[in-house]
Amino acid sequence: MSTSAEPLLRVEDLRVEFATEDGLVHAVDGITYELEPGRTLGIVGESGSGKTVSALSVMGLTRRMGASISGRILFEGRDLLALGEEQMRQIRGNDIAMIFQDPLSSLHPLYRVGDQLVEAVRAHQPVSKGQARERVIELLGLVGIPDPHRRVDEYPHEYSGGMRQRAMIAMALANDPKLLIADEPTTALDVTVQAQILALLERLQGELSMAVVIVTHDLGVVAEMADDVAVMYAGRIVEMAPARLLFSEPEHPYTWGLLRSIPTLQRSREQELEPIPGNPPSLINRPTGCHFHPRCAYAEPEHARVDPRLEDVPGEPAHRVACLLEHQVRRRLWRQMTT
Amino acid sequence: MTRYIIRRVLWGVVLLVAVSALMFVLFRILPTADPARLRAGHSPSPKVIAEIRSDLGLNKPLLTQFWVYEKNLFLHFDLGYSYESGASVKSLIFERLPATISLTVGAAVLWLAIGIPVGIISALRRHSRLDRASMGASLVLVSAPEYWLGLIVLYLFAADIGQVKVFPGAGSYVGLTSDPWKWFTSLLLPWIVLAAGFAAIYARLMRASLIETMSEDYIRTARAKGLTERRVVLRHGVRAAITPILTIFALDVGTLLGGAILIETVFDIPGIGRLSYDGITHGNFPVIQGTVLLVALFIVVANILVDIAYAFVDPRVRYS
Repeated sequence: MSTSAEPLLRVEDLRVEFATEDGLVHAVDGITYELEPGRTLGIVGESGSGKTVSALSVMGLTRRMGASISGRILFEGRDLLALGEEQMRQIRGNDIAMIFQDPLSSLHPLYRVGDQLVEAVRAHQPVSKGQARERVIELLGLVGIPDPHRRVDEYPHEYSGGMRQRAMIAMALANDPKLLIADEPTTALDVTVQAQILALLERLQGELSMAVVIVTHDLGVVAEMADDVAVMYAGRIVEMAPARLLFSEPEHPYTWGLLRSIPTLQRSREQELEPIPGNPPSLINRPTGCHFHPRCAYAEPEHARVDPRLEDVPGEPAHRVACLLEHQVRRRLWRQMTT
Repeated sequence: MTRYIIRRVLWGVVLLVAVSALMFVLFRILPTADPARLRAGHSPSPKVIAEIRSDLGLNKPLLTQFWVYEKNLFLHFDLGYSYESGASVKSLIFERLPATISLTVGAAVLWLAIGIPVGIISALRRHSRLDRASMGASLVLVSAPEYWLGLIVLYLFAADIGQVKVFPGAGSYVGLTSDPWKWFTSLLLPWIVLAAGFAAIYARLMRASLIETMSEDYIRTARAKGLTERRVVLRHGVRAAITPILTIFALDVGTLLGGAILIETVFDIPGIGRLSYDGITHGNFPVIQGTVLLVALFIVVANILVDIAYAFVDPRVRYS
């Protein structure tokens, strides 16, 4: 975001809506972000904030769900939203790959892990089954699956949770993607395994120089992985900053809430965690004005009328926030909270 | 796996003994007609009836009769002799089996060939006109009693009584070995009528199963790999969605092999169903017991086959 390199991915004013019986769901409501080659963007938010839908839209996987999509998704300068299904299919799993939250349900229970990976290789490369299998064994070794020659012929239910996610990562890497989208890749895993998977993703990203979009509700994951962070709330990006800055100088009250609801070892036991009050808003009948105002401790009456725009934080061009509070006020509040 | 199969087979035998015992109790203790009297002709003397009773073993204590029956059944596969013709029930069943097998297999092929594709297409084009039309038609076919449908079809198309005389009608069944072409044409109408209801059910089952499967995470993965939609549907969706239908299919075929009573009666096909129908109307116990045991046997075998087939189809079963 700060350098001038050509972005690999540029999402412009992306809107994704679903017509349901209860009304129009505004899942993603005009988000814009850029990602340069080799860098990592973390998209953070609660469930229902639109982070997963925005990621699936980059893969072209929301079309089939009956979504109406507008805006632009420029990948290497090509607008993915303007592509036909067959052109999009050739990009999917090839230039852009994705891994998902629950590796057990994401793997087909009736096929061997190796066969599922072979299929991924052969979907985009004109190689024989034997060649694809060699490649798959190599990939399984790369993601740290022990004894890949034997494991290649096992079924998903014979793998442990961590190994399944490793296999999903291997599948995603099958065609050397330029962009990897990881949707809550560690949420379904044990804590110790989470750390291994994150370390693996970081190592692979370095080795293969991929760009990564990591979608998560876990700020710990973001701190570990991301160069830049976008915080989403009710389908919008409410704050965006380099990761270091987001953790040291967060500007949005929602981000404050996220940061202060993480348990840390430094915090004394008497000091209670501070959850964000209330629930995420309905994406059908969204609050007026600033969507966060019903849950915001600092909201003023006029915040229910005025809709904030994502604007530069004064003096920090890489840091953008959508908040109606004055910059000075926000600075003061955060200082008070942290001292 | 082997131990599992052995256990299933043993349980199957236990079940068959239980079924035969139940049959015995039902028909000896609550007889619908006195078989001795049935065989004795018009206005017989009590002496003749008593003689027939003793010939048939009906004068022995019930427990003895039961023991003899079970012993003959399980040690010699002897199902007894028809009270009417005196022929062995075993030979009667083997005589009738080809017609029932012909009817069942042909209908099964037909209903799978129609029901499965219709279900798949309906699932993929959910709420389209095609979906609504085929689901509406299937509801009609599921609701229509097969003997009624059979009579309608005979009335419309049978060569003897039909409005449009195109297909051989009731009673035209010929064995496959004696004349394959006549065998085929004589079974066309029964196949269609029998398959219609099943095709309708299978279309609905397939549709529901595939709709559920297509929302699974692994389908999303298959799409994310960049597979063609055709491959996603057939290799990933249908492959998983069809497994529960396998169970139902085996049980349906097992039941039908025990005789499609209504269809065989309407179309006058000399199969197992017709045999049990005649047995019931004449109070012919050995025949009734034989055919009921045959149904039980086919269902038990079908169940065991399904369990074994599942192990091949679903690797998770194989290892558990």
